[in-house]
Parts: sequence; structure tokens; C-alpha cells
Amino acid sequence: MNTESKPIFKLRKRSDTEKLIDKSFKGLALIMANSVALILFAIFLVIFSGSTESMARYGLQFITTSDWNPVLDNYGAFTAIYGTITTSILSLLIAVPLGVGSAIFITEDFVPIKIRNLVSNLIELLAAIPSVVLGLWAIFIMEPFLRPFFLFLNKFLGWLPIFGSEPIGPGIAPAIIILAIMILPIITSISRDSLNQVPQNLRLAAYGVGATRWTTIFIVILPAAISGIIGGILLALGRAMGETMAVTMIIGNSNNFSWSLLAPGNTISALLANQFGEADGSQVSSLMYAGFILMILTLLVNIFAQWLVKKIRLKY
Amino acid sequence: MSYNMNTCISFENVSIKYGGFDAVRNLYLDIPKGKVTALIGPSGCGKSTVLRSINRMNDLIVGCTITGRVLYEGIDLYSPEIDPVEVRRMIGMVFQQPNPFPKSIYENIAFGARINGYTGNMDQLVEESLKKAAVWEECKDKLNESGCSLSGGQQQRLCIARTIATQPDVILMDEPCSALDPISTLKIEETMHELKKEYTIIIVTHNMQQAVRVSDMTAFYNAEAKGGGTGKVGYLVEFNDTEKIFNSPKQQATKDYISGRFG
Ligand SMILES: Nc1ncnc2c1ncn2[C@@H]1O[C@H](COP(=O)(O)OP(=O)(O)OP(=O)(O)O)[C@@H](O)[C@H]1O
Ligand SMILES: [Mg+2]
Repeated sequence: MNTESKPIFKLRKRSDTEKLIDKSFKGLALIMANSVALILFAIFLVIFSGSTESMARYGLQFITTSDWNPVLDNYGAFTAIYGTITTSILSLLIAVPLGVGSAIFITEDFVPIKIRNLVSNLIELLAAIPSVVLGLWAIFIMEPFLRPFFLFLNKFLGWLPIFGSEPIGPGIAPAIIILAIMILPIITSISRDSLNQVPQNLRLAAYGVGATRWTTIFIVILPAAISGIIGGILLALGRAMGETMAVTMIIGNSNNFSWSLLAPGNTISALLANQFGEADGSQVSSLMYAGFILMILTLLVNIFAQWLVKKIRLKY
Repeated sequence: MSYNMNTCISFENVSIKYGGFDAVRNLYLDIPKGKVTALIGPSGCGKSTVLRSINRMNDLIVGCTITGRVLYEGIDLYSPEIDPVEVRRMIGMVFQQPNPFPKSIYENIAFGARINGYTGNMDQLVEESLKKAAVWEECKDKLNESGCSLSGGQQQRLCIARTIATQPDVILMDEPCSALDPISTLKIEETMHELKKEYTIIIVTHNMQQAVRVSDMTAFYNAEAKGGGTGKVGYLVEFNDTEKIFNSPKQQATKDYISGRFG
């Protein structure tokens, strides 16, 4: 029998086609990665060039004035910027404790695993509701339901500028609540996944030196999962800043500036969605400028979050 | 003085299950106070499981159930009014795999001491603990660097230091030297001799020489196939003075194991 001429292991030597496939795959991945960067850069460039006219005309005044008047062709975006920042930050303020709290509840063994899975699935289902449906719900059910609470805020805390106007229906405050509901699933599911990633060993170490469950969670587990959690919060913030449909349905789309959260307001995304269709000339440029500011805002938030993660992340 | 006064941990007919799987069956064992007791036996016979049951670490494993009584100085550790957190503050543990916190070396030591309510000089405690665990030389210039930046063996010694720093009554060690070189191993063993003046130490080891060197008492553990069930169930073969276990074992299985003729 001639066993030597018939090798048993046929793949000891890699064929040329296999090597070629390897190489071209590498090239393909490179092209894809770069095209993402290219698309981002192109979008940035288009928006920037579209907004140069308005930039030259208004400069930084665009950011600080709140007169948005297409009839007189005079534009200032402060109302929309204020609305964007307050809605996104305050909705985060509500959704982060709720979301991270639910994630802790889901990952700890307070209740049997079946109930935890149910809670976890329900929260994820929340993400499946189309935003236009949430917007309708906000108009017809949520806002009337919360109205007494808003009235109460105005009555007793009305001396604060942010509660300084009578709630009339649509406004920034209900928009904040609906945004909080919309970003809750992202925060919860990403926090849950990062908490699950924390090595069991670390938990044992903490319990082993006599830590209570709470110390373990807050001093060891959460800090170990923090980069993932902040990543989730950032995604949520991105969603909150860019969310258009539900916000535009409930915020009132008013360009008259008011500090009050109970008054109607606007956000940059809502402004763009409402006006871009009919806009022309310098209005387009001003809308582009507003969009450019939105991009810069998200960029700044991202940089801040990266810095924050570096600061508080545990050292491996 | 009754025999009981000298008993630190006492197992009374303890059986431990993981779900439906019997890991340990009908264990009776009295571990003396102020001595080093070694648990030896083949891999998978349930040594870690027994050790974890002493400071209620098994509580954290879903599906792990224990029957029988584990007594610490006469108190049933599993009775409802006992708080597992307090148990772990009194009975510290060094784990089989090094698991430092991803925090600074200093904080690794200080964390446990702080949550145990330590009020003394923290710098001093950190230095002393690291010295006792034979890792001070390697750590003294980088106390602010991450505990995870150390080598595996250094990490394990850091974990030992962390446990020493909380000054428990009993120290459980699950193969603490399995990742260490002979020199650090000797240092740790010296530390154990030092520690047993104040503490009761229970150590799991696969290293026969180590058991001989450090322990006063040795328990030999084995696992046997159980009729009908799945896998093997661990049981105690022999428990005696270390010297007797290694020089004149009563059971054939012990004789085979210590002479390396096992299995
Ligand atoms: N978390 C767990 N879940 C389910 N079964 C487990 C778990 N931990 C251990 N076991 C099982 O219990 C038995 C005893 O395991 P244990 O870790 O106590 O062995 P050991 O004597 O410490 O072994 P080694 O010397 O290798 O560390 C093994 O059969 C193992 O499969
Ligand atoms: Mg083990």
C-alpha cells in the first residue's frame, strides 16, 4: 500500500485561492470601514457648505437670538437649541436612574429568573412601539393625565422660571416624558448586557471580603460595567436629540422663546422636520446651520462621555 | 476542657447539591481552632464546595442547596437569623483563581478593611498586609497602579493580603499557591505559620509537600461513582493529624493517593 503519496491531512498546505480570499476579505473590510468615515465626512461637508450663507449672515448671533421669522427672513435658533438641550438632558435624567435601576434588578437575583426575563422582555418591547404611536398616546392620554401634575408644578414652583407658565397642553415637559419613555429600553438593555459581562470572580471577591449586596453593586459591579453603561446612555442621548416624530407631535412647535418647560417649545429636529419641506433660499441655509449645530452638539457630548469613561472606569 | 471548646468549624451530616447533582454527601468533620487544616483529594471531589460552604459563598450559586449543619463555635451558620455578610466578615477567603479588584493595589487592601469598619491607620495596614503576604517588595512603588497590572502570582498574593487585612477569625484558602513559584510559596507558607497563632486556617491544596509543611491536621477527600445518579459524589475518607495521614494512613485509598498511585 502506498500511503505516503496520499496524505491524510489535505489542508496542511493552504491553496492559493484560499490565500487570495483571505487577502481580498481584508481589503473589503478596509473599504467598508473607510466608507463609513467617508459618508460621515461627506454629510458634514454638505451641511457645512449649505449653512455657510446663514453663518456669514448671523454668526454666533444665530445661537443666541430666538427670533425665527421666515416672513421677515430673520433667523435665530435659540428656542430650538434650548428645547433640544433641555428635552434631551432632562429625559436622560429621568431615564438613566430608571433604566440602570431596572438593569440592576434584572441582573441581580432578587426575584426568580422567569420574572426577571419577563420584565426584561417587556422593556425591550417598549422599543418596538413606533414613535408616531407614542406621539399620539402622548397627546391623547399621557399629557391630559399629567396635566394636574404640571398645574401643581406651576402653582407651587411657578416662581422658578422653568415652571413659570401655565400648562396649555403641548409643551416641553410632556416631550421630556415621552422621550424618557422612548430611550428607556436602550439604556436598560445595554446596561443589562454590560452588567452581565462583569466577571463572576469580581462579585465573589467583593462578597468574600464581607461586602453587602449594595456595596458590591455600587462600588464594584457598576464601576466595572460603567463604560458599557455610558455607551448605552450616549446612544440614548443621540436618540433623544434626534428624535423627531413623537417630539414634534407633543412639543407644540412654537418658536416663541420661553424659559418655562410647561410652555410649548421646539427642538432642532422638530424645526427641521416641520420647515424643510416649504423652505427656500436663506431659510434652507438657516435650517442647515441649525442641523450643523445639532451635529456639533452630539459631537461635544460624545467627547465629554469618552473623557468621563476614562475618568471613572476601573483599571484593568 | 471539653473537646468541643477546641473545635472551630464543625460539619454535622452535611450534604451539598448543585441542582440535582450531589457534590458532597454526609460529611462529618470537626476542624480544630488555631490550627492549619489541609483538605486534600483528587480534582472534582468537592473540596472547594466544602470550603465555600463555610463562609456561605455557595449562597451565591443558583441551585446550590445544603442540608445538615455547619457550626462555627457552636453556632449554626445556616440558621435563619444568621446574616451571611457577617459570616464572611468573620470567615475570610482566598479564591482558587486570583481575583483582585480592578482598582489600585492600595484600594484593593483598603476596600475590605473599610467595609469591615477598620478605624486604624490605613497606610500602615496596607503595608503590613502586603508584607505578610510576601508581595510588598513588588508593590511598594506602585500602590496606585491597578491590582490587575500584577502578574498572576502577585495578584494571588495581593488577594491573600486583602484577606489578611480584614482580620477575620478564620481564613479559608483554596489552592492559594497553585499559581506561585517555589519561593513565593515558601513565603506564603511562612505567613501561614505566622497567622495560625491568631487565626484558624483551612487550606485546600494539591501539593502533598505543602500539606505536610503547613498543616497540623489533614482531611483526605475522595469522590466515588454513585449508583444510579450522575457523576461522582465526594465524601470524607480520613481525617487525622497530618503526620499520621502521611506516615501511617488507615485507609488504602489515602495510602494510594499520597503515594501518587491514585486512580
Ligand atoms: N457552580 C457549580 N455548579 C454546578 N456544579 C458545580 C459547581 N461547582 C462545582 N460543581 C461540581 O461539584 C463537584 C465538586 O467541585 P469542586 O469545585 O468542589 O471540586 P474540587 O475538589 O475543588 O476540585 P479541584 O481540585 O479541581 O478544584 C464537581 O463535580 C463539579 O462539577
Ligand atoms: Mg477547587
